[in-house]
Amino acid sequence: MIHSPPSANIQLTADGRLKHFLSIEGLPRSLLEEILDGAASFVEVGDRSIKKVPLLRGKTVVNLFFEPSTRTRSTFELAAKRLSADVLNIDIAKSATSKGETLMDMLWNLEAMASDMFIVRHSDSGAPFFIANHVTPQVAVINAGDGRHAHPTQAMLDMYTIRHYKGGFEGLKVAIIGDVLHSRVARSQIHALNILGAEEVRVIAPKTLLPKDIESLGVSVYTDLASGLRDVDVVIALRLQKERMDSALLPSEGEFYRLYGLNNERLRPAKPDAIVMHPGPINRGVEIASEVADGPRSVILHQVTFGIAVRMAVMSMSISGQESGL
Amino acid sequence: MNWTSSDIDQRLDAMAAALRQQLEQRGIQNFAMVGIHSGGVWVAEALRQRLNDEIPLGSLDISFYRDDFTHRGLHPNVKPSQLPFEVEGTHIVLVDDVLMTGRTIRAAMNELFDFGRPASIILTTLFDIGHRQLPMCADICGQTLALPPHQRVELRGPAPLAADIIEMTPA
Repeated sequence: MIHSPPSANIQLTADGRLKHFLSIEGLPRSLLEEILDGAASFVEVGDRSIKKVPLLRGKTVVNLFFEPSTRTRSTFELAAKRLSADVLNIDIAKSATSKGETLMDMLWNLEAMASDMFIVRHSDSGAPFFIANHVTPQVAVINAGDGRHAHPTQAMLDMYTIRHYKGGFEGLKVAIIGDVLHSRVARSQIHALNILGAEEVRVIAPKTLLPKDIESLGVSVYTDLASGLRDVDVVIALRLQKERMDSALLPSEGEFYRLYGLNNERLRPAKPDAIVMHPGPINRGVEIASEVADGPRSVILHQVTFGIAVRMAVMSMSISGQESGL
Repeated sequence: MNWTSSDIDQRLDAMAAALRQQLEQRGIQNFAMVGIHSGGVWVAEALRQRLNDEIPLGSLDISFYRDDFTHRGLHPNVKPSQLPFEVEGTHIVLVDDVLMTGRTIRAAMNELFDFGRPASIILTTLFDIGHRQLPMCADICGQTLALPPHQRVELRGPAPLAADIIEMTPA
């Protein structure tokens, strides 16, 4: 059993630099902006014919995924490789933890291999905090998604995408639609949007897919799609997390699509220049229609591209934060 | 000690003339200019105005190539490098404002080679203040100064360009 996450400041060095990236909550606006600015220059590296810079040459990055992932894991791997780091992918399902090795034994072994960074995805909320609290100093930990708690690099790539298309956050109305209850992405997005100064963050979902305390995060709650989408600048559809869902929460996927699925007609109340985002993987015809996912307002694939640059920024900042703390 | 914009202009005029001569001696007609962010870009722009406005001009931010990254971290205002021309096979005039240890130039050349193999590189700097740590020397230099270790030259720009000697505070 992993306990609830301790305070977020284990993420920062004494002088306020990033050394682990575990949660958006509790980070200052200036640091989030530093990540976005850093990412902007890494985007350019992705356009080069040789997509590589030597910043993390000689560093070893370990992808520690206790839960399946394709996009997040491969973009972290690409980000590390573009920074010239060496990458080790540990497939936990096939590793010794399934032979009874404890998590700490496994970490100590990886540390003995002189790893510099762990990228952690885990189904238990707080697992990356636990690891960050127990690793040797000098090893950076990045949360690649923990339980229902947080997915901070996804939120930052979403913030990058919004800033890229909308120029900033001031005056922006952002709607997050769908399975907020199971979504660590939504929680991290809500924190990031509020820290970065968006005017209004809305969540739109049936009551059964909303956590009870959601208003306390600083959002307005809508159960009706049409009124929730009125005049918004950014529409974020969330994946319906069937694998985490208790059957009692929803009558059926068809019923969800009928009420909350995004199609061109339903998007009409949003601003004409509103962008449509989705953290992926998308369920076509469940939370989003193909005409929207593939349509002119969709920036879904740009999110993926920007994700590499944002992860490059977070990785470089936390590795240098570790070293500066010596 | 300081340099007014007309002091700087004089040096830029002389540098442009020396550069023209050097390119001619080497038989180079087509070339591109690359300024190192940020002072080098200002100097490159000023030189380009004196040579020919149509010379392709790029900028490099060498933050990702610094050899002291792990001590100093990512520079908070790192800018994208922009090279709006093919580096492969191109003669390049690399421009910086101040040459000191030579580490910035090494980083800039490493970065350039990640874009392609230039035909040649000519190094042009407005000031050379010594204290070299790597075997680098400018092909064209506006002014050579012998400064004590705690002093630096700081260029102010982008236009008009002026410069001052500043005192470094001990870390």
